[in-house]
Amino acid sequence: MSGDHILSVDRLSMRFGGIVAVNELSFDAERRKITALIGPNGAGKTTVFNCITGFYKPTSGVLRLTHDDGHIIQLERLNDFRISKLARVARTFQNIRLFPGMTALENLMVAQHNALMRASGLTFLGLIGAPSWRVAEQAAIDLARTWLERIGLLDRADDAAGNLPYGDQRRLEIARAMCTDPALLCLDEPAAGLNARESAGLSELLLSIRSDHGTSILLIEHDMSVVMEISDHVVVMDYGVKIAEGTPQHVRDDPRVIAAYLGADEEEAIAVMERGT
Amino acid sequence: MAGRVSATLASPQDSRVPGIAFIFKKALISALVALVLFSLMIGVRTDAGPDGQLTYWTRFGDLAAMVATVFGGSIVVELLRQWWGPVGTVRVVPASVQSGLSLAGRLVAPVLLVFTFLVPVIFYNERYILDLAILVLTYVMLGWGLNVVVGLAGLLDLGYVAFYAVGAYSYALLATNFGLSFWVCLPLAGILAAFWGVLLGFPVLRLRGDYLAIVTLAFGEIIRLVIINWQSLTGGPNGITGIPRPTLFGIPLSPGEDGLAARLGIEFSPTHRIVFLFYLILALALLTNWVTIRLRRLPIGRAWEALREDEIACRALGINTTTTKLTAFATGAMFGGFAGAFFATRQGFISPESFTFHESALVLAIVVLGGMGSQLGVALAALAMIGGFELFRGLDQYRMLVFGMAMVLLMIWRPRGLIGHRAPTVFLRHNQAISADLVNEGRG
Repeated sequence: MSGDHILSVDRLSMRFGGIVAVNELSFDAERRKITALIGPNGAGKTTVFNCITGFYKPTSGVLRLTHDDGHIIQLERLNDFRISKLARVARTFQNIRLFPGMTALENLMVAQHNALMRASGLTFLGLIGAPSWRVAEQAAIDLARTWLERIGLLDRADDAAGNLPYGDQRRLEIARAMCTDPALLCLDEPAAGLNARESAGLSELLLSIRSDHGTSILLIEHDMSVVMEISDHVVVMDYGVKIAEGTPQHVRDDPRVIAAYLGADEEEAIAVMERGT
Repeated sequence: MAGRVSATLASPQDSRVPGIAFIFKKALISALVALVLFSLMIGVRTDAGPDGQLTYWTRFGDLAAMVATVFGGSIVVELLRQWWGPVGTVRVVPASVQSGLSLAGRLVAPVLLVFTFLVPVIFYNERYILDLAILVLTYVMLGWGLNVVVGLAGLLDLGYVAFYAVGAYSYALLATNFGLSFWVCLPLAGILAAFWGVLLGFPVLRLRGDYLAIVTLAFGEIIRLVIINWQSLTGGPNGITGIPRPTLFGIPLSPGEDGLAARLGIEFSPTHRIVFLFYLILALALLTNWVTIRLRRLPIGRAWEALREDEIACRALGINTTTTKLTAFATGAMFGGFAGAFFATRQGFISPESFTFHESALVLAIVVLGGMGSQLGVALAALAMIGGFELFRGLDQYRMLVFGMAMVLLMIWRPRGLIGHRAPTVFLRHNQAISADLVNEGRG
């Protein structure tokens, strides 16, 4: 386990009053790999995500992000928008959070806010229409077009995001997160609500993000077919603690995991797991 | 009851269409409610007699007329509703009419602009219309300024008049105390107003929706109370008099030797100044419009709109919501400050009475009525609110009634304002408007 880690979670704890949502959780996410965080409902997965992406401040613990150039950032010391801006950690949400009244293209343009803000000379260069700004704007539109093409939404670029079908919205949210040029992409249940065909498309998209962009991915997922197919490493949580970790094959055969998911009835558990794969 | 039975017994296709009995029943109920309500309000009139005792007399004729009106009106409304079909019906409009309408829609803005430019030429001898046009344009500018805060960033600001006041007093004080010219004071007034906008922005950053509205409302009142009570600086309730008139880059528009008329060798007329003021406010308003349109296409403008749509998603994308909100407040306040400086130079006299909550409410009403975020909508709404209000002057005490009724009808037919749809800021293939149903209003 001494590989090249992009994210090291070290003894992370999060308490809400008397409730311990996450208790001394430690795991590592490898660079250019897909790490899945799974566990039954209420296991504390989304809380971990909110700590990593700065929406919660952890009660204790260290979240160490190591960029490609060796630069180390401690995420628990940053807050709010700085996680995305400085640490380059992007996220999607369990319940999709697009800008419904803006077009798909505009959604991807908003994601490039910080780069465009610099290019527009904090708005002033953009206001007078400086050539350097126009070049930067065109580049941003081209990047957005590339992503729209990859997620198969080029035809609907000018439609309001709120008008897109559910599966398209999921993919658009991932594309939007990718437009912030992240080092680590955190996906909160990307396959929720997708049908089998859309799930397969999603797996393909995530694999291509990993291989083409070198972006590391951390995902929470309930859809075992997706988890088993694309994950390089799986971390299983229950009641705020880690109960198992390893390759998908290793984890799915772990009796503790099966017990956590479906109680003690192992036969049923194995049956469900098999159907999943 | 009979109506409902007959309606259900009718063929399935028109089962939704209620029969005559239903309409009559509804009208009868409306008339009954009207009878109960109006019997005391209109039917009996009380007054103090000559010796102070209570006298009363009845006006059953008026009462009957009122109830009959309600009865008839109810039938008409129901018939209209049936003719229109159920709510949400999409009427099939012929293609030719549709393209004609869209052409007309695209022509509205340019035609309006050309007409505005020609107003002083057409109505040169009609001082009243010119004054009214200046007033309308002032509110167009204020509406466009507030539109940045409310329409784009989705921050409900009920104290916009504060920045208008800051701009007006900045110009008045700088001009009367230091003798600075209008053109020097104008940017200063804008900067000072923007500064106060940021100052207001800081404490309200964490507030949303109703709470934000209350604090901004209080801010507007605070500015007004400070102006009233800081007598040594602002003159208190007496206001500031003798505010210098604007000059055409140093050349005064006065009848004297060095006046513009004398220099051009034409006869002096007081209308020259009015026309100059008209073009001045037109230029300021168009500047506001141009800057807003540009800003919408820049990252900051998109961030404002994204903030209105979903603040949490903005944070996840690395957008600094604090500075984004503050720039929205500052930009809106700056335009308010410009408008205030213009107001001061136009009136020549300002007092706290001009900066009451009524003004904030009026400007907000213009923005909401116009359709939040729509530049053309705001301009049309300002024209309707200020110009329309003047139009009904002949109706005397019924003016408010007519005005209120117009507002109610508008809110029924166009609940998202005159122009409710949103135009995208960037597009790949076709520039299609986004339906108002999808666009969030912002929750603060």
